[in-house]
Amino acid sequence: MIRIFKPTIFVLCLVPLIIIAYQILFNQLGAEPVKQITHHTGEWTLRFILLSLAMTPLKNITKILAWIKYRRMLGLFAFFYGTLHLLTYIGFDYQFNLDPIIDDVLNKKFIFIGLAAWLLMLPLAVTSNQKMVLILKQNWKKIHRLSYLIGIFAVLHFIWLSKTIFFEPLIYLIILITLLTLRLDFIKFLFKKKSVT
Amino acid sequence: MKLHKFKSSEITPESLYINRRKFLKKMGILTGSALTSQNIITSAFSYTPETERKITPYKFVTTYNNYYEFGTSKSDPHKNSKDFITKPWDIKIDGEVENEITLSVEEIKNMIPSEERVYRFRCVEGWSMVVPWLGFPLNKLLNKVKPTSKAKYVKFTSVYDPDQMKGQRFPVLNWPYKEGLRIDEAMHPLTIMVTGLYGKELPNQNGAPLRLIVPWKYGFKSAKAIVNIKFVEKMPVSSWMNASPKEYGFYSNVNPNVSHPRWSQATERVIGENIYSPRIKTVMFNGYGDEVASLYDGMDLRKNF
Repeated sequence: MIRIFKPTIFVLCLVPLIIIAYQILFNQLGAEPVKQITHHTGEWTLRFILLSLAMTPLKNITKILAWIKYRRMLGLFAFFYGTLHLLTYIGFDYQFNLDPIIDDVLNKKFIFIGLAAWLLMLPLAVTSNQKMVLILKQNWKKIHRLSYLIGIFAVLHFIWLSKTIFFEPLIYLIILITLLTLRLDFIKFLFKKKSVT
Repeated sequence: MKLHKFKSSEITPESLYINRRKFLKKMGILTGSALTSQNIITSAFSYTPETERKITPYKFVTTYNNYYEFGTSKSDPHKNSKDFITKPWDIKIDGEVENEITLSVEEIKNMIPSEERVYRFRCVEGWSMVVPWLGFPLNKLLNKVKPTSKAKYVKFTSVYDPDQMKGQRFPVLNWPYKEGLRIDEAMHPLTIMVTGLYGKELPNQNGAPLRLIVPWKYGFKSAKAIVNIKFVEKMPVSSWMNASPKEYGFYSNVNPNVSHPRWSQATERVIGENIYSPRIKTVMFNGYGDEVASLYDGMDLRKNF
Protein backbone atom coordinates (compact mmCIF):
# COMPACT_ATOMS: atom_id res chain seq x y z
CA MET A 1 0.00 0.00 0.00
CA ILE A 2 2.63 2.51 1.10
CA ARG A 3 4.63 1.70 -2.00
CA ILE A 4 1.81 2.88 -4.23
CA PHE A 5 0.46 5.65 -2.04
CA LYS A 6 3.68 7.43 -1.27
CA PRO A 7 4.75 8.21 -4.86
CA THR A 8 1.16 9.15 -5.71
CA ILE A 9 0.96 11.59 -2.84
CA PHE A 10 4.38 12.96 -3.75
CA VAL A 11 3.14 13.79 -7.26
CA LEU A 12 -0.08 15.26 -5.87
CA CYS A 13 1.98 17.51 -3.61
CA LEU A 14 3.68 18.87 -6.73
CA VAL A 15 0.39 19.94 -8.32
CA PRO A 16 0.42 23.45 -6.75
CA LEU A 17 3.90 23.95 -8.20
CA ILE A 18 2.76 22.79 -11.61
CA ILE A 19 -0.24 25.14 -11.47
CA ILE A 20 1.84 28.21 -10.66
CA ALA A 21 4.49 27.26 -13.24
CA TYR A 22 1.76 26.98 -15.84
CA GLN A 23 0.33 30.36 -14.85
CA ILE A 24 3.75 31.98 -15.10
CA LEU A 25 4.60 30.41 -18.46
CA PHE A 26 1.26 31.12 -20.06
CA ASN A 27 0.72 34.55 -18.57
CA GLN A 28 -2.30 33.53 -16.51
CA LEU A 29 -1.37 35.30 -13.31
CA GLY A 30 -3.96 38.07 -13.65
CA ALA A 31 -3.91 41.66 -12.50
CA GLU A 32 -1.19 41.37 -9.87
CA PRO A 33 1.16 38.58 -10.94
CA VAL A 34 3.63 38.84 -8.06
CA LYS A 35 0.85 38.89 -5.53
CA GLN A 36 -0.70 35.86 -7.17
CA ILE A 37 2.53 33.87 -6.84
CA THR A 38 3.01 35.07 -3.27
CA HIS A 39 -0.53 34.18 -2.33
CA HIS A 40 -0.50 30.81 -4.05
CA THR A 41 2.77 29.63 -2.51
CA GLY A 42 1.80 31.06 0.87
CA GLU A 43 -1.57 29.38 0.91
CA TRP A 44 -0.07 26.01 0.02
CA THR A 45 2.59 26.40 2.70
CA LEU A 46 -0.14 26.87 5.26
CA ARG A 47 -2.12 23.94 3.90
CA PHE A 48 0.87 21.62 4.05
CA ILE A 49 1.72 22.74 7.57
CA LEU A 50 -1.82 21.95 8.70
CA LEU A 51 -1.86 18.68 6.75
CA SER A 52 1.35 17.55 8.40
CA LEU A 53 -0.12 18.47 11.78
CA ALA A 54 -3.20 16.44 10.97
CA MET A 55 -1.35 13.15 10.59
CA THR A 56 -0.92 12.32 14.27
CA PRO A 57 -4.56 13.07 15.17
CA LEU A 58 -5.63 11.01 12.14
CA LYS A 59 -3.50 8.15 13.39
CA ASN A 60 -5.07 8.39 16.84
CA ILE A 61 -8.61 8.61 15.56
CA THR A 62 -8.44 5.92 12.88
CA LYS A 63 -5.98 3.69 14.76
CA ILE A 64 -4.12 3.34 11.47
CA LEU A 65 -0.42 3.82 11.88
CA ALA A 66 0.29 4.49 8.20
CA TRP A 67 -0.65 8.17 8.47
CA ILE A 68 2.64 8.84 10.22
CA LYS A 69 4.52 7.67 7.15
CA TYR A 70 3.36 10.78 5.28
CA ARG A 71 4.06 13.31 8.00
CA ARG A 72 7.65 13.96 7.02
CA MET A 73 6.89 14.34 3.33
CA LEU A 74 4.05 16.79 3.99
CA GLY A 75 6.26 18.74 6.37
CA LEU A 76 9.03 18.94 3.81
CA PHE A 77 6.58 20.15 1.18
CA ALA A 78 5.48 22.84 3.63
CA PHE A 79 9.11 23.90 3.89
CA PHE A 80 9.49 23.74 0.10
CA TYR A 81 6.47 25.96 -0.60
CA GLY A 82 7.39 28.22 2.30
CA THR A 83 10.80 28.75 0.77
CA LEU A 84 9.26 29.57 -2.61
CA HIS A 85 6.92 31.96 -0.80
CA LEU A 86 9.83 33.71 0.91
CA LEU A 87 11.86 33.87 -2.31
CA THR A 88 8.92 35.37 -4.20
CA TYR A 89 8.66 38.08 -1.60
CA ILE A 90 12.39 38.83 -1.57
CA GLY A 91 13.14 38.28 -5.24
CA PHE A 92 10.07 39.24 -7.24
CA ASP A 93 8.29 41.62 -4.90
CA TYR A 94 11.32 43.53 -3.63
CA GLN A 95 13.86 42.50 -6.26
CA PHE A 96 16.44 41.68 -3.56
CA ASN A 97 16.28 45.27 -2.33
CA LEU A 98 17.06 44.67 1.34
CA ASP A 99 16.16 48.05 2.86
CA PRO A 100 12.40 47.79 2.45
CA ILE A 101 12.55 44.13 3.48
CA ILE A 102 14.33 44.91 6.74
CA ASP A 103 11.87 47.73 7.27
CA ASP A 104 8.99 45.27 6.77
CA VAL A 105 10.45 42.68 9.15
CA LEU A 106 10.88 45.26 11.89
CA ASN A 107 7.63 47.16 11.40
CA LYS A 108 5.06 44.74 10.12
CA LYS A 109 4.16 42.05 12.58
CA PHE A 110 2.77 39.72 9.93
CA ILE A 111 6.09 39.77 8.07
CA PHE A 112 7.98 39.24 11.33
CA ILE A 113 5.96 36.24 12.37
CA GLY A 114 5.95 34.81 8.84
CA LEU A 115 9.72 34.97 8.70
CA ALA A 116 9.87 33.48 12.20
CA ALA A 117 7.72 30.58 11.04
CA TRP A 118 10.06 29.93 8.12
CA LEU A 119 13.14 30.12 10.35
CA LEU A 120 11.55 27.62 12.74
CA MET A 121 10.98 25.26 9.83
CA LEU A 122 14.70 25.26 9.04
CA PRO A 123 15.88 23.02 11.90
CA LEU A 124 12.94 20.68 11.26
CA ALA A 125 13.84 20.34 7.60
CA VAL A 126 17.52 19.81 8.37
CA THR A 127 16.79 17.12 10.97
CA SER A 128 14.05 15.41 9.02
CA ASN A 129 15.95 12.36 7.77
CA GLN A 130 16.15 8.99 9.49
CA LYS A 131 19.79 9.45 10.38
CA MET A 132 18.99 12.53 12.41
CA VAL A 133 16.21 10.71 14.21
CA LEU A 134 18.78 8.16 15.36
CA ILE A 135 21.41 10.73 16.25
CA LEU A 136 19.12 13.09 18.15
CA LYS A 137 17.05 10.36 19.85
CA GLN A 138 14.77 11.98 22.47
CA ASN A 139 15.76 15.47 21.37
CA TRP A 140 14.39 14.83 17.90
CA LYS A 141 10.86 14.70 19.26
CA LYS A 142 11.38 17.84 21.25
CA ILE A 143 12.70 19.74 18.23
CA HIS A 144 9.85 18.55 16.06
CA ARG A 145 7.27 19.72 18.55
CA LEU A 146 8.10 23.13 17.08
CA SER A 147 5.72 22.20 14.27
CA TYR A 148 2.80 23.23 16.49
CA LEU A 149 4.36 26.64 17.03
CA ILE A 150 4.98 26.91 13.28
CA GLY A 151 1.31 26.17 12.66
CA ILE A 152 0.26 28.90 15.10
CA PHE A 153 2.70 31.39 13.58
CA ALA A 154 1.59 30.58 10.03
CA VAL A 155 -2.09 31.09 10.84
CA LEU A 156 -1.30 34.33 12.69
CA HIS A 157 0.69 35.47 9.66
CA PHE A 158 -2.39 34.98 7.50
CA ILE A 159 -4.77 36.63 9.96
CA TRP A 160 -2.52 39.65 10.42
CA LEU A 161 -1.96 40.23 6.73
CA SER A 162 -5.66 40.04 5.94
CA LYS A 163 -7.86 43.11 6.05
CA THR A 164 -10.57 41.13 7.78
CA ILE A 165 -10.69 37.67 9.32
CA PHE A 166 -13.58 36.77 6.99
CA PHE A 167 -13.46 34.15 5.65
CA GLU A 168 -10.30 32.33 4.70
CA PRO A 169 -8.18 33.27 7.71
CA LEU A 170 -11.08 32.27 9.97
CA ILE A 171 -11.36 28.87 8.30
CA TYR A 172 -7.67 28.19 8.82
CA LEU A 173 -7.91 29.35 12.42
CA ILE A 174 -10.75 26.93 13.07
CA ILE A 175 -8.78 24.06 11.50
CA LEU A 176 -5.73 24.94 13.58
CA ILE A 177 -7.72 25.12 16.82
CA THR A 178 -9.34 21.78 15.99
CA LEU A 179 -5.95 20.17 15.39
CA LEU A 180 -4.47 21.61 18.56
CA THR A 181 -7.51 20.49 20.56
CA LEU A 182 -7.15 16.98 19.22
CA ARG A 183 -3.63 17.05 20.61
CA LEU A 184 -4.76 18.29 23.99
CA ASP A 185 -3.76 15.00 25.57
CA PHE A 186 -0.33 15.71 24.28
CA ILE A 187 -0.35 19.25 25.68
CA LYS A 188 -1.59 17.93 29.02
CA PHE A 189 1.15 15.36 28.95
CA LEU A 190 3.73 18.08 28.41
CA PHE A 191 2.31 20.12 31.24
CA LYS A 192 2.29 17.21 33.71
CA LYS A 193 5.80 16.28 32.88
CA LYS A 194 6.96 19.82 33.53
CA SER A 195 5.22 20.08 36.91
CA VAL A 196 6.79 16.80 38.02
CA THR A 197 10.36 17.76 37.20
CA MET B 1 -6.59 71.93 -14.96
CA LYS B 2 -3.66 69.59 -14.68
CA LEU B 3 -4.95 66.18 -13.85
CA HIS B 4 -1.80 64.15 -13.85
CA LYS B 5 1.91 64.40 -14.26
CA PHE B 6 3.17 60.92 -14.89
CA LYS B 7 4.84 59.82 -18.04
CA SER B 8 3.40 56.67 -19.45
CA SER B 9 6.81 55.06 -19.29
CA GLU B 10 6.78 55.48 -15.53
CA ILE B 11 3.59 53.59 -15.18
CA THR B 12 3.13 50.63 -17.47
CA PRO B 13 4.80 48.51 -20.10
CA GLU B 14 3.60 49.46 -23.56
CA SER B 15 2.72 45.99 -24.63
CA LEU B 16 -0.01 45.70 -22.06
CA TYR B 17 -1.93 48.85 -22.60
CA ILE B 18 -3.84 50.45 -25.33
CA ASN B 19 -2.51 53.88 -26.05
CA ARG B 20 -4.31 57.09 -25.71
CA ARG B 21 -5.08 57.60 -29.36
CA LYS B 22 -6.56 54.17 -29.78
CA PHE B 23 -8.51 54.81 -26.65
CA LEU B 24 -9.99 58.04 -27.93
CA LYS B 25 -10.98 56.34 -31.13
CA LYS B 26 -12.69 53.67 -29.14
CA MET B 27 -14.40 56.35 -27.11
CA GLY B 28 -15.63 57.99 -30.28
CA ILE B 29 -17.13 54.78 -31.49
CA LEU B 30 -18.69 54.04 -28.17
CA THR B 31 -20.15 57.46 -27.59
CA GLY B 32 -21.56 57.31 -31.08
CA SER B 33 -23.43 54.12 -30.49
CA ALA B 34 -23.96 52.64 -27.07
CA LEU B 35 -24.16 55.89 -25.23
CA THR B 36 -26.31 58.08 -27.39
CA SER B 37 -28.82 58.32 -24.61
CA GLN B 38 -26.21 59.39 -22.07
CA ASN B 39 -25.28 62.96 -21.57
CA ILE B 40 -21.53 62.95 -22.09
CA ILE B 41 -18.89 65.49 -22.99
CA THR B 42 -15.80 63.75 -24.33
CA SER B 43 -13.69 66.77 -25.16
CA ALA B 44 -13.56 68.40 -21.77
CA PHE B 45 -9.88 67.68 -21.33
CA SER B 46 -7.11 67.82 -23.84
CA TYR B 47 -3.93 65.85 -23.42
CA THR B 48 -0.42 66.80 -24.43
CA PRO B 49 2.01 64.03 -25.40
CA GLU B 50 4.00 64.53 -22.17
CA THR B 51 1.03 63.70 -20.06
CA GLU B 52 -0.17 60.94 -22.31
CA ARG B 53 -0.13 57.69 -20.44
CA LYS B 54 -1.21 54.14 -20.54
CA ILE B 55 -4.48 53.11 -19.07
CA THR B 56 -5.13 49.92 -17.10
CA PRO B 57 -6.87 47.38 -19.35
CA TYR B 58 -10.65 47.24 -19.04
CA LYS B 59 -10.38 43.58 -18.08
CA PHE B 60 -8.46 44.38 -14.90
CA VAL B 61 -10.42 47.51 -14.01
CA THR B 62 -13.60 45.43 -14.04
CA THR B 63 -12.42 42.11 -12.60
CA TYR B 64 -10.03 43.19 -9.86
CA ASN B 65 -12.15 44.99 -7.32
CA ASN B 66 -12.49 45.50 -3.63
CA TYR B 67 -16.23 45.60 -3.04
CA TYR B 68 -16.92 43.60 0.10
CA GLU B 69 -20.68 43.88 -0.34
CA PHE B 70 -20.22 41.28 -3.07
CA GLY B 71 -17.49 39.23 -1.35
CA THR B 72 -14.02 39.69 0.05
CA SER B 73 -12.07 38.22 -2.85
CA LYS B 74 -11.01 40.54 -5.67
CA SER B 75 -12.82 38.43 -8.25
CA ASP B 76 -16.06 38.22 -6.22
CA PRO B 77 -17.59 41.58 -7.21
CA HIS B 78 -17.35 40.75 -10.90
CA LYS B 79 -18.89 37.32 -10.35
CA ASN B 80 -21.53 38.21 -7.77
CA SER B 81 -22.81 41.56 -9.01
CA LYS B 82 -24.08 40.45 -12.41
CA ASP B 83 -27.75 40.56 -11.46
CA PHE B 84 -27.57 43.58 -9.19
CA ILE B 85 -30.48 45.90 -9.97
CA THR B 86 -29.57 49.58 -10.25
CA LYS B 87 -32.79 50.91 -11.79
CA PRO B 88 -34.68 52.66 -10.36
CA TRP B 89 -32.21 54.34 -8.00
CA ASP B 90 -32.74 57.40 -5.85
CA ILE B 91 -30.19 59.48 -4.03
CA LYS B 92 -31.24 61.61 -1.12
CA ILE B 93 -29.25 64.70 -0.19
CA ASP B 94 -30.17 65.81 3.31
CA GLY B 95 -28.87 66.57 6.79
CA GLU B 96 -27.74 70.11 7.56
CA VAL B 97 -29.35 71.62 4.47
CA GLU B 98 -32.17 74.09 3.97
CA ASN B 99 -33.78 72.11 1.16
CA GLU B 100 -33.29 68.36 1.22
CA ILE B 101 -33.84 66.70 -2.13
CA THR B 102 -34.23 63.23 -3.59
CA LEU B 103 -33.12 62.72 -7.16
CA SER B 104 -33.11 59.67 -9.37
CA VAL B 105 -29.87 58.73 -11.06
CA GLU B 106 -31.53 59.41 -14.41
CA GLU B 107 -32.47 62.92 -13.31
CA ILE B 108 -28.93 63.54 -12.12
CA LYS B 109 -27.42 62.25 -15.36
CA ASN B 110 -29.75 64.44 -17.41
CA MET B 111 -29.07 67.47 -15.28
CA ILE B 112 -25.30 67.21 -15.09
CA PRO B 113 -23.28 66.05 -18.10
CA SER B 114 -20.54 63.53 -17.49
CA GLU B 115 -17.06 64.10 -18.78
CA GLU B 116 -14.04 61.88 -19.10
CA ARG B 117 -11.48 61.97 -16.27
CA VAL B 118 -8.40 59.79 -16.41
CA TYR B 119 -7.22 59.38 -12.83
CA ARG B 120 -4.65 57.33 -11.05
CA PHE B 121 -6.30 55.03 -8.53
CA ARG B 122 -4.21 54.01 -5.54
CA CYS B 123 -5.51 51.26 -3.26
CA VAL B 124 -4.47 51.23 0.40
CA GLU B 125 -3.25 47.66 -0.24
CA GLY B 126 -0.34 48.99 -2.28
CA TRP B 127 -1.49 48.64 -5.87
CA SER B 128 -2.58 51.16 -8.44
CA MET B 129 -4.43 51.53 -11.71
CA VAL B 130 -5.09 54.32 -14.20
CA VAL B 131 -8.80 54.49 -14.93
CA PRO B 132 -10.70 56.51 -17.54
CA TRP B 133 -13.77 57.42 -15.52
CA LEU B 134 -16.87 59.17 -16.76
CA GLY B 135 -18.28 61.53 -14.20
CA PHE B 136 -18.95 65.04 -13.03
CA PRO B 137 -17.64 67.18 -10.21
CA LEU B 138 -19.47 66.36 -7.01
CA ASN B 139 -19.81 70.08 -6.31
CA LYS B 140 -22.26 70.37 -9.20
CA LEU B 141 -24.56 67.97 -7.39
CA LEU B 142 -23.98 69.39 -3.93
CA ASN B 143 -24.80 72.88 -5.24
CA LYS B 144 -28.39 71.73 -5.69
CA VAL B 145 -28.85 72.15 -1.95
CA LYS B 146 -28.05 74.96 0.48
CA PRO B 147 -26.05 73.72 3.46
CA THR B 148 -26.76 75.38 6.81
CA SER B 149 -23.99 77.08 8.77
CA LYS B 150 -23.64 73.94 10.90
CA ALA B 151 -22.57 71.77 7.97
CA LYS B 152 -18.87 70.88 8.15
CA TYR B 153 -18.64 67.43 6.62
CA VAL B 154 -20.34 65.33 4.00
CA LYS B 155 -21.27 61.75 4.82
CA PHE B 156 -21.82 59.18 2.09
CA THR B 157 -23.89 56.06 2.63
CA SER B 158 -23.88 53.15 0.22
CA VAL B 159 -26.81 50.88 -0.43
CA TYR B 160 -27.82 48.19 2.07
CA ASP B 161 -29.42 45.25 0.32
CA PRO B 162 -28.31 41.88 1.70
CA ASP B 163 -30.76 40.07 -0.60
CA GLN B 164 -28.73 41.21 -3.57
CA MET B 165 -25.39 41.68 -1.84
CA LYS B 166 -24.14 38.42 -0.40
CA GLY B 167 -21.30 40.02 1.53
CA GLN B 168 -23.70 42.09 3.61
CA ARG B 169 -25.14 38.93 5.16
CA PHE B 170 -22.01 38.72 7.29
CA PRO B 171 -20.58 41.31 9.65
CA VAL B 172 -17.46 41.84 7.54
CA LEU B 173 -17.90 45.60 7.90
CA ASN B 174 -20.36 47.83 9.68
CA TRP B 175 -23.02 47.86 6.93
CA PRO B 176 -24.09 49.89 5.11
CA TYR B 177 -20.74 51.20 3.92
CA LYS B 178 -20.15 54.71 5.15
CA GLU B 179 -17.58 57.26 4.10
CA GLY B 180 -17.00 60.94 4.62
CA LEU B 181 -15.21 64.04 3.39
CA ARG B 182 -14.70 67.52 4.72
CA ILE B 183 -16.87 69.97 2.77
CA ASP B 184 -13.90 71.60 1.06
CA GLU B 185 -12.68 68.15 -0.05
CA ALA B 186 -16.13 67.28 -1.33
CA MET B 187 -16.40 70.58 -3.21
CA HIS B 188 -12.94 70.26 -4.76
CA PRO B 189 -13.08 70.15 -8.57
CA LEU B 190 -11.07 66.89 -8.66
CA THR B 191 -13.69 65.09 -6.56
CA ILE B 192 -16.14 63.46 -8.92
CA MET B 193 -19.27 61.38 -8.95
CA VAL B 194 -18.71 58.58 -11.42
CA THR B 195 -21.36 57.37 -13.86
CA GLY B 196 -19.19 55.22 -16.11
CA LEU B 197 -15.76 54.09 -17.20
CA TYR B 198 -14.10 53.38 -20.51
CA GLY B 199 -16.88 55.27 -22.23
CA LYS B 200 -19.45 52.80 -21.01
CA GLU B 201 -22.01 52.73 -18.27
CA LEU B 202 -20.52 51.98 -14.89
CA PRO B 203 -20.30 48.20 -14.36
CA ASN B 204 -21.97 46.93 -11.20
CA GLN B 205 -18.69 45.70 -9.75
CA ASN B 206 -17.25 49.21 -10.01
CA GLY B 207 -20.01 50.78 -7.95
CA ALA B 208 -22.99 51.36 -10.25
CA PRO B 209 -25.05 53.36 -10.62
CA LEU B 210 -23.21 56.21 -8.95
CA ARG B 211 -19.98 56.23 -7.00
CA LEU B 212 -17.52 58.70 -5.64
CA ILE B 213 -13.91 59.13 -6.79
CA VAL B 214 -11.44 61.17 -4.75
CA PRO B 215 -8.19 60.59 -6.65
CA TRP B 216 -5.74 61.83 -4.01
CA LYS B 217 -7.08 59.47 -1.34
CA TYR B 218 -6.82 55.70 -0.99
CA GLY B 219 -9.44 53.88 -3.00
CA PHE B 220 -11.66 52.85 -0.10
CA LYS B 221 -12.62 56.51 0.45
CA SER B 222 -14.42 56.45 -2.87
CA ALA B 223 -17.74 54.90 -1.82
CA LYS B 224 -19.75 52.89 -4.31
CA ALA B 225 -23.47 52.59 -5.04
CA ILE B 226 -24.33 55.69 -3.03
CA VAL B 227 -27.90 56.23 -1.83
CA ASN B 228 -27.47 59.06 0.62
CA ILE B 229 -25.33 62.18 0.86
CA LYS B 230 -25.73 63.92 4.18
CA PHE B 231 -24.29 67.24 5.31
CA VAL B 232 -23.24 66.87 8.93
CA GLU B 233 -21.68 68.91 11.69
CA LYS B 234 -19.39 66.24 13.14
CA MET B 235 -16.72 64.20 11.42
CA PRO B 236 -18.41 61.03 10.15
CA VAL B 237 -17.02 57.66 11.22
CA SER B 238 -16.41 55.60 8.11
CA SER B 239 -16.95 51.83 8.00
CA TRP B 240 -13.21 51.23 7.85
CA MET B 241 -12.49 53.62 10.72
CA ASN B 242 -15.06 51.67 12.65
CA ALA B 243 -13.42 48.34 11.75
CA SER B 244 -9.87 49.37 12.62
CA PRO B 245 -9.30 52.95 13.79
CA LYS B 246 -5.55 52.50 14.08
CA GLU B 247 -5.23 51.54 10.44
CA TYR B 248 -7.77 53.68 8.65
CA GLY B 249 -8.03 57.37 9.39
CA PHE B 250 -10.66 59.83 8.29
CA TYR B 251 -8.43 61.59 5.79
CA SER B 252 -6.63 58.60 4.23
CA ASN B 253 -4.73 60.78 1.79
CA VAL B 254 -2.23 58.86 -0.29
CA ASN B 255 0.97 59.44 1.64
CA PRO B 256 4.19 57.47 1.10
CA ASN B 257 5.55 58.75 4.42
CA VAL B 258 2.85 57.37 6.66
CA SER B 259 3.24 53.63 7.07
CA HIS B 260 0.41 51.16 7.31
CA PRO B 261 0.68 48.05 9.52
CA ARG B 262 0.02 45.73 6.60
CA TRP B 263 1.11 47.29 3.37
CA SER B 264 3.95 49.40 2.11
CA GLN B 265 2.78 52.88 1.33
CA ALA B 266 6.19 53.95 0.04
CA THR B 267 5.79 51.95 -3.14
CA GLU B 268 3.02 50.40 -5.19
CA ARG B 269 2.49 47.67 -7.73
CA VAL B 270 1.00 48.64 -11.05
CA ILE B 271 -1.93 46.45 -12.03
CA GLY B 272 -1.36 44.48 -15.21
CA GLU B 273 2.43 44.42 -14.98
CA ASN B 274 4.49 41.25 -15.33
CA ILE B 275 6.39 39.42 -12.61
CA TYR B 276 9.68 41.18 -13.34
CA SER B 277 8.31 44.71 -13.08
CA PRO B 278 9.50 46.56 -10.02
CA ARG B 279 7.23 48.47 -7.68
CA ILE B 280 6.98 52.16 -8.43
CA LYS B 281 7.32 54.96 -5.89
CA THR B 282 4.09 56.21 -4.41
CA VAL B 283 3.69 59.97 -4.77
CA MET B 284 2.28 62.30 -2.12
CA PHE B 285 -1.44 62.91 -2.68
CA ASN B 286 -1.18 60.34 -5.47
CA GLY B 287 0.40 63.01 -7.68
CA TYR B 288 -2.37 65.59 -7.19
CA GLY B 289 -0.45 67.66 -4.64
CA ASP B 290 -0.45 70.86 -6.69
CA GLU B 291 -4.22 70.82 -6.69
CA VAL B 292 -5.00 69.59 -3.18
CA ALA B 293 -2.03 70.12 -0.82
CA SER B 294 -3.38 73.54 0.20
CA LEU B 295 -6.45 71.86 1.69
CA TYR B 296 -4.22 70.51 4.43
CA ASP B 297 -2.01 73.52 5.15
CA GLY B 298 -0.84 73.52 8.73
CA MET B 299 -2.16 70.04 9.45
CA ASP B 300 0.00 67.22 10.80
CA LEU B 301 -0.70 64.54 8.23
CA ARG B 302 0.87 61.88 10.43
CA LYS B 303 -1.71 62.48 13.10
CA ASN B 304 -4.49 63.15 10.61
CA PHE B 305 -3.78 60.08 8.55
